[in-house]
Amino acid sequence: MTTMLLFLAVIAGISGWWLSQQRLTAKPWLEEGVLGGFPDTGVSPRPAVKTGLGVFLAVAGCLFSLLISAYVMRVDLASSSIVDKAALPIPNLLWLNTGVLVLSSAALQWAWVEARRGQTNGVRAGLLAGAIATLVFVAGQLLAWRQLTQAGYFVASNPATSFFYLLTGAHGLHVLGGLVALGRTASKVWRGVAMAQVRLSVELCAIYWHFLLLIWLIVFGLIMGWADDLVSICRALVT
Amino acid sequence: MSEVTLGASGAIPAAEVEDVELYHPKSWITKYVYSQDAKIIAVQYSLTAMAIGVVALVLSWLMRLQLAFPGYFSFIAVEDYYQFITMHGMIMVIYLLTALFLGGFGNYLIPLMVGARDMAFPYVNMLSYWIYLLAVLVLVASFFTPGGPTGAGWTLYPPQAILSGTPGQQIGIVMMLVSLILFIIGFTMGGLNYVVTVLQGRTRGMTLMRLPLTVWGIFTATVMALLAFPALFVACVMMLFDRLLGTSFFMPSLVSMGEHLSYGGGSPILFQHLFWFFGHPEVYIVALPAFGIVSDLISTHARKNIFGYRMMVWAIVGIGALSFVVWAHHMYVSGMNLNFGFFFAVTTLIIAVPTAIKVYNWVLTLWRGDIHLTVPMLFALAFIVTFVNGGLTGLFLGNVVVDLPLSGTMFVVAHFHMVMGVAPIFVVFGGIYHWYPKVTGRMLDDTLGKIHFWVTFLGAYAIFFPMHYLGLMGVPRRYYELGEMAFVPKSAETLNIFITVAALIVGAAQVVFWFNMAWSLFKGRLAGGNPWNANSLEWQTPQTPPTHGNWGKELPVVYRWAYDYSVPGAERDFVPQNQPPATPHA
Repeated sequence: MTTMLLFLAVIAGISGWWLSQQRLTAKPWLEEGVLGGFPDTGVSPRPAVKTGLGVFLAVAGCLFSLLISAYVMRVDLASSSIVDKAALPIPNLLWLNTGVLVLSSAALQWAWVEARRGQTNGVRAGLLAGAIATLVFVAGQLLAWRQLTQAGYFVASNPATSFFYLLTGAHGLHVLGGLVALGRTASKVWRGVAMAQVRLSVELCAIYWHFLLLIWLIVFGLIMGWADDLVSICRALVT
Repeated sequence: MSEVTLGASGAIPAAEVEDVELYHPKSWITKYVYSQDAKIIAVQYSLTAMAIGVVALVLSWLMRLQLAFPGYFSFIAVEDYYQFITMHGMIMVIYLLTALFLGGFGNYLIPLMVGARDMAFPYVNMLSYWIYLLAVLVLVASFFTPGGPTGAGWTLYPPQAILSGTPGQQIGIVMMLVSLILFIIGFTMGGLNYVVTVLQGRTRGMTLMRLPLTVWGIFTATVMALLAFPALFVACVMMLFDRLLGTSFFMPSLVSMGEHLSYGGGSPILFQHLFWFFGHPEVYIVALPAFGIVSDLISTHARKNIFGYRMMVWAIVGIGALSFVVWAHHMYVSGMNLNFGFFFAVTTLIIAVPTAIKVYNWVLTLWRGDIHLTVPMLFALAFIVTFVNGGLTGLFLGNVVVDLPLSGTMFVVAHFHMVMGVAPIFVVFGGIYHWYPKVTGRMLDDTLGKIHFWVTFLGAYAIFFPMHYLGLMGVPRRYYELGEMAFVPKSAETLNIFITVAALIVGAAQVVFWFNMAWSLFKGRLAGGNPWNANSLEWQTPQTPPTHGNWGKELPVVYRWAYDYSVPGAERDFVPQNQPPATPHA
């Protein structure tokens, strides 16, 4: 559970930092009258959906931390490393997929930059490129699954394949969910809704894609076995 | 302290919120069924939770009948008994208490108490309820599948949960896991709303330190739930894989009926870690809203400001953080490393400190207060007593050496029922008696309420107090029948009969409560806007029950905290949060 506790420590750090800004040492029984500061006006400084996305990312981050925790604990239990090449030959296709996901993330970042500049055409191009790259990524992941099943590595074949399908599947579902949001944003842009109103949606999509990319890189590293050394170093530190 | 200069009228004009932001229901269906109004969703959540709670109550009756009169009831087979235990526990902890506190009280009170018109994302909020309902329906449906619901115990420990020999192994367990997964998805949608509304929806002047403790409790519990439920989600998904796809995440190599199963190499302990990483925070997910609500009830009905408001807030946050590092105290008997056990025993005992602070503060709030023994107050007082009781046995069980012999006995049953069964349920009742007038505009009947209270309170003690003795005697829990045991005297059977009779009476007393709710809806005394003379914003709405949008044209402005009761020199013994100061501050 070390991974999960590390993640929680990060969350606790953010929450603690936020709480420290909130005058928790105030003595409300002595303070009468309207207080300045938050929320001074009826409108709070940050849009509610952005806070909502932040909270959602914390929850999704939790989910993946727990999956990774489970993976690490499982590796611990196995006498030999379960990232054995014989247990799970990593399809080379995953490298290509990783590249495509980086591209999609970059495209959405570009769309966000263009949205801030108010360039509708740039936003459209960015969103389109991002969506296509993401679809290619999903197709690539499915193809990787197909390659593995054709080579006889099914979900129940061994622990390594089980975790591979579980982790990539969980990530893939989050990507698909993101595509729904991206589709809604794109339809707004194509219907010609004013740029000021879609800027936020584009920004949220971009943030979510960066998050998905980060998760994928961590998961990919784990599957490739690069994290093993890191894990063993951490374990040495803890024990 | 930065104070805004006040205008000539002594008050800052309230911020107007444009009408277009609100969603407007157009028909009866969108107003009361597919409603996006948090207040309606709260009522939907509460009624669904209470309805499924009745199922769990009946299941506990059946269990008690079997324990008191083993062999008399031919319709309770061994398999049935385990299914009753499992479903009773699962429903009470997750589908009743969690849903009622967060989905019910949270939805109703958060927007009203922080001075918002509705939740931040009303549509997602509506989805949250419907997914919760679906989860409940899947759970109920599992009763009618071949083999019945799962009988694996509410902890669903693998490997036995998915192996043959456990009741409900075919379909029941699958539906249980699917139902939990749905519940968590639905809860996450609701939870996003509660958190974001507290963060972003507060009205002018409502600083965090002016929030009523109810909001603090529900807010912190929601944050914890958002971080803890994913652990259950992951555990459920992985177990579904094990059950349906034949993976071995949690399944070790097994020999069943002389045959090697295809499972191998997995770890049941891994499941236990994931489950209790959710399971322990879950205790506080139920307890923190109860803490918050009970603070408000006590302060209001004792006409005194809450003692140590800041400490109360810090304690809530502290308990929330600590509860994530105590989970393995549920696993002392799993054969864990003793140093590991020592660590978790220490953290478990540390958590008693903020909890004790809260208890002292409640008692000191009562000290020399103008105590009105209304029904909500009675339930609040009963909560304090019961929670202290269950908390103290928790200190026993938190120690490894005490837990090891007791963990398999009725002592544990007594402990967790006191601390997270009876105590939070008292707060649920107290909260309902307190806020029912706001929800419906009518008071609940006082006499019926007092009958309900005394039977429930004394009855709960008659049920669970003797169980401590049974446990110390060594009477095991989870047993279908005791049979002949050298160390269990004959009197234990008599005690079991006594407990069962008490359980039947307490269960039946809830009919009084249901009748009261239904009768008062039409015939109850009209409540008016603020029957308890309370300070917090929900009692200051222009209409009672509050209409869609909660407030009139303008949102309220908050000038003070929620606990200005019996202020010397004030014209009344309460000063609502939105009442401007008498003399403008310089």
